[in-house]
Amino acid sequence: MRKYELMKIAREIRINVINMIAEASHGHPGGSLSSADILTELYFDKMNIKPDDPKWDDRDRLVLSKGHAAPVLYAVLAKRGYFSERVLLSLDKFGSILQGHPDMKSTPGLDMTTGSLGQGLSAANGMALAGKLDKKDYRVYVILGDGEIQEGQIWEAAMTAAHYKLDNLTAILDFNGLQINGHNEEVKNIQPIDEKFKAFGWHVIKIDGHDFDQIKRAIEEAESTKGKPTIIIAKTIKGKGVSFMENRVDWHGTAPNEEQRQKAVEELERSEA
Amino acid sequence: MSTATRDAYGKALVELGEKNKNVVVLDADLSKSTKTAEFQKAYPDRFFNIGISEQDMMGTAAGFATCGKIPFASSFAIFATGRAYEQIRNSIGYPKLNVKIAATHAGITVGEDGATHQSIEDISLMRGIPNMVVINPSDAEETRQAIPAAADHHGPVYIRLGRMPVPDIHNKNYKFKLGKGEMLREGKDIAIIATGIMVSIALEAADRLREEGINATIVNIHTIKPIDRELIVKVAKQTGKVITAEEHSIIGGLGSAVCEILSEEYPVKVKRIGINDTFGQSGTPRELLEHYNLTFQDIIYAVKKF
Repeated sequence: MRKYELMKIAREIRINVINMIAEASHGHPGGSLSSADILTELYFDKMNIKPDDPKWDDRDRLVLSKGHAAPVLYAVLAKRGYFSERVLLSLDKFGSILQGHPDMKSTPGLDMTTGSLGQGLSAANGMALAGKLDKKDYRVYVILGDGEIQEGQIWEAAMTAAHYKLDNLTAILDFNGLQINGHNEEVKNIQPIDEKFKAFGWHVIKIDGHDFDQIKRAIEEAESTKGKPTIIIAKTIKGKGVSFMENRVDWHGTAPNEEQRQKAVEELERSEA
Repeated sequence: MSTATRDAYGKALVELGEKNKNVVVLDADLSKSTKTAEFQKAYPDRFFNIGISEQDMMGTAAGFATCGKIPFASSFAIFATGRAYEQIRNSIGYPKLNVKIAATHAGITVGEDGATHQSIEDISLMRGIPNMVVINPSDAEETRQAIPAAADHHGPVYIRLGRMPVPDIHNKNYKFKLGKGEMLREGKDIAIIATGIMVSIALEAADRLREEGINATIVNIHTIKPIDRELIVKVAKQTGKVITAEEHSIIGGLGSAVCEILSEEYPVKVKRIGINDTFGQSGTPRELLEHYNLTFQDIIYAVKKF
């Protein structure tokens, strides 16, 4: 798909994210907006999937380890045709198929239940190991948050992925620099991330996580990297696309009110692409 | 003959691996002790040592299960359930994934390593997780049958295994039924409901009591969840007196489960035999069973004092 079309889809997804979270009066806009372009590139350009057969055995898989970004994944899945976009406005509501954090039993197209931080990479490893065992050529993607990598289990899983040479696994770090209590450096410094993953035996690529050409090239480089897993460290902007949310830690887990919703949507509608 | 249930587990896994190619085994650097090394030898491609990282092992098992595999994740009971509790809850229990957690070295009879290695809360932890089935076999044959039964059940299963050899109670004619209790002796005077290694000890107590003219019912509850409510209520009605026996804390395990059922359906007095809200210590299994009042003499004493 052409870059211009992907940008257009990502913009619509961002608008849906804002509307969903506003309707629910609950959710995490900051980290949803920061990972919108990455997920758009994956689901609309790269991943081998069949939305009419969500459990197709040979599909590429995605684990949203930073599960609080559920709204953006739901918006992507709906636009990709797994379920109606109308359903998006039921986010977080009692009885909805769209739970506050991803529940694979509720939502078509979800490959893993996540939400408690630090657990997704291990599950992705299991999927990648199963793929190797079954000699299937599907790929497994996992989206990690930068605050999330403070969890010890991430590093246990990083060792496992390298030890088993999981070159069918690509991790993408949504590196927006902010977590609930502030900047990563203030809360607990995660740098140098690239050297940490290199030391753990990973192939590391650094990109701008809002540039579709770079995202695509990095995913392709990961595909052609053999004998080790790849992590794409994607520099992103928390709240990307809505000026008053960008780089503001207060928008980590705050829903916009009606006025803010309108302002955000108008701004996104006017934006390029 | 006496066999540790972990040994029976190792053999059962190899048999299961032959019949079911979807079975994979994960371990956390304890495969010689958990006996999964036997599976590794037989099916090296389907064995994965995840290293000393139980949380990661549980998550990896969950990922395998989403791809149609039947993972058996093994470690010592304390690390499998305690260290990886939230991983089991959120990545296995909540999505109801088809993961089997086989935990060896349960209870205080792991012995000399002391309190840090003695899991006395694992049944309580696993029983509290929705969707989780909890099995605590009493001997080698029951373990041999429980392993394929766990594989056949679609969903998460916790299987509690021990290191200390326990006497054989069952022979090959035995038919293990998930979720059903087993009536081993029928007597009118008192009901002793036991699980795991305490079943053979309860049987020994029953034999001695019979010599003194006291006839005890002995029930083996190998599946603690879902528990056989019907049988528990039935023996309470028949005897009016119930003793529970488990090598686990009296808080949250079999004794608690039995009390929950009887207080709702047929209130009778219950005496719980188990670890009395205390940590263990180093010692031989025999010394520890004696110190923590888990011998057949202790059961006899409880019956007489009831």
